[in-house]
Amino acid sequence: MELTGAQILLECLKREGVEVIFGFPGGAVIDIYNELPNTGLKHILVRHEQGAIHAADGFARASGKVGCCLVTSGPGATNTVTGIATAYMDSIPVVILTGQVPTPLIGNDAFQEVDIVGITRPCTKHNYLVKDVAQLAHVIRQAFYLARSGRPGPVLVDLPKDVMQQKTKFIWPEDVKMRSYNPNYKPHAGQIKKVAQLIRDAERPLIYAGGGVITSKAHEALTWLAKNLHIPVTATLMGLGCFPGSDKLWLGMLGMHGTYAANMAINNADLVLAIGARFDDRVTGKVSTFAPKATLVHIDIDPTSIQKNVSVHVPLVADCRLALEALQEELTPSLIEYDFEGGHMPWVTKVGIWAKEHPLSYQPSETTIKPQSVVEKLHELTRGEAVICTEVGQHQMWAAQFYRFNEPNCFLSSGGLGTMGYGFPAAIGAQFARPDKLVIDIAGDGSIQMNIQELATSVCNNLGVKIVILNNGYLGMVRQWQELFYNKNYCSTCMDAQPDFVKLAEAYGATGFRITEPADLERVLRQALDTPGTVIVDVRVEREENVYPMVPAGASLTDMLLV
Amino acid sequence: MRHTLSVTVENEPGVLSRVSGLFSGRGFNIESLNVGPTLDPGVSVMTITTEGDEQIIEQIVKQLRKLITVIKVVDLTELKSVLREMVLLKINANDTNRAEILRIVDIFRCKVVDVSIDELTIEAAGNYDKISALLGLLTRFGIKEIARSGLVALKRSVQA
Repeated sequence: MELTGAQILLECLKREGVEVIFGFPGGAVIDIYNELPNTGLKHILVRHEQGAIHAADGFARASGKVGCCLVTSGPGATNTVTGIATAYMDSIPVVILTGQVPTPLIGNDAFQEVDIVGITRPCTKHNYLVKDVAQLAHVIRQAFYLARSGRPGPVLVDLPKDVMQQKTKFIWPEDVKMRSYNPNYKPHAGQIKKVAQLIRDAERPLIYAGGGVITSKAHEALTWLAKNLHIPVTATLMGLGCFPGSDKLWLGMLGMHGTYAANMAINNADLVLAIGARFDDRVTGKVSTFAPKATLVHIDIDPTSIQKNVSVHVPLVADCRLALEALQEELTPSLIEYDFEGGHMPWVTKVGIWAKEHPLSYQPSETTIKPQSVVEKLHELTRGEAVICTEVGQHQMWAAQFYRFNEPNCFLSSGGLGTMGYGFPAAIGAQFARPDKLVIDIAGDGSIQMNIQELATSVCNNLGVKIVILNNGYLGMVRQWQELFYNKNYCSTCMDAQPDFVKLAEAYGATGFRITEPADLERVLRQALDTPGTVIVDVRVEREENVYPMVPAGASLTDMLLV
Repeated sequence: MRHTLSVTVENEPGVLSRVSGLFSGRGFNIESLNVGPTLDPGVSVMTITTEGDEQIIEQIVKQLRKLITVIKVVDLTELKSVLREMVLLKINANDTNRAEILRIVDIFRCKVVDVSIDELTIEAAGNYDKISALLGLLTRFGIKEIARSGLVALKRSVQA
């Protein structure tokens, strides 16, 4: 039987296991939307295409599956670009389906035509323009395969309107074979032995885990390694949740706003195991002084990550989970021969002292609400079990520091690109992935306004997403830099004019709360979290609170500004 | 150091843009780039010469391999290889210096492919050093136009 391109596309999505598509229709994709009701696929109508791509990204991060979004040509497609770059920087598997003008019009500056394949070439793992309906099923199969395999990432498929209308026989390609793409998953046995021996010989070992641990579901193997060999663990923003935040070996995040203990540990370790991390400048500070006493082992599935920013001693290109499981197997017999606990005791003690000397802290106040205390209270009220999304800025760092994550896939934040406006639509996506979970977007008053229109999406789908705005009336992180490094020239960072967020919530049919007094914090937060449906909590916090510790950009990790 | 990379790619629209975009986006330098078909119509070979220290070249090679449409990357600099470039040169030539130019053409085994009262067009082929030497000798006559193919290269059969 012959099917149209639109029918083939949707059949392929079903077979790829797509549960929900986030999208926004337009002229070039009407044929696809025309078929959509016949498929049983769930479609969530967003209010801006950026919301669609972030929601698909949030769905992917919270579920570990491939997210999917569908938008029209031209402006529909360009509106997704920020979200595509966000997913690309954080290696998130998303398939973006964009409409395109009919093939005879391509290149003619037709209405709503844009070369989206050209535009997104540097921010997708790969992208396609489908010119022949006979190739469609193959392309969709490859797109999902590429998105989820190897180092995951966004893959865009551009779909001209006439290709969606043409008919052909539908053949589902059972296998995907690409001669030019063969990611290496299995760790090299010789390198595993080498790393195992380095671990046996180390006196001051440290695990520096990144988002790759979460992507590859390596958290259990990592936890085994850390706990049985008594190795302290720090993680990047993207790695939070890969190791229980309640464990005594947990040092907190490292880097620019990392903990004193984590940054001191990096500086003094004799062995650093970098796992699924990429030595980002926000993590390393001044590269030449990063981990100066350590032998560096770098486990990553992407060969380009290795030796890119930092020269490492032992590279290991492999899937993090397979590599850590191989290490576990290699080191299990050593548990009898070696006294790891005793051997690492002086080091673990030393690290513990650093953690006690300068724990994450802030000056409590009885008159103003400290933003950190809001995050702490959220952690307490949710028993650390919520899915936390963030926007970008000070609130993001406080969420990372003070919500001690115990599970992977529960902290959704734009780490690499730093996209304001990411958190709320991502929370919508996450709520579809995890209907059982409480999903909270910890936001700033600046960031939340970048995709506030998605309140309509959240309300009309009866989602229980809670938005907690740490409202300081500033673009706080930029203001902090202006205070510390630009003589308090607060140019364009004061957001005096802002909407009444409570009324705004009500206008969209959500519920709004406002908290201005520290004494009301717990009671009203509890009430907000217990309120069904979409809720905004406008928490008026200390206006000029700063995020500490802070390593100034380009400084060594040990040059921390403390509270 | 200058490196010559032989990059085997899928012959499909946009592949050149993926490769050149990678170089420009990551701040790598392309000195020359040549693309041509192979006996397999689905495959093209690019020969790229680029410059950088070991760490940069390693990144370039890895980043190229990461492109989905790139099948194979070989750094010919590390191997014994044959490297050739073709150059077409239009040179000022009058009665007083034409003989001298033709002598150089002869020494370098070039060919005269076009001639007029006051110009000579020369076809030259050779490796990087030969072309540099030739240009060095001909500059003083006044090179009016130049067209270069970029290097093409093949690994030698016997590597030992």
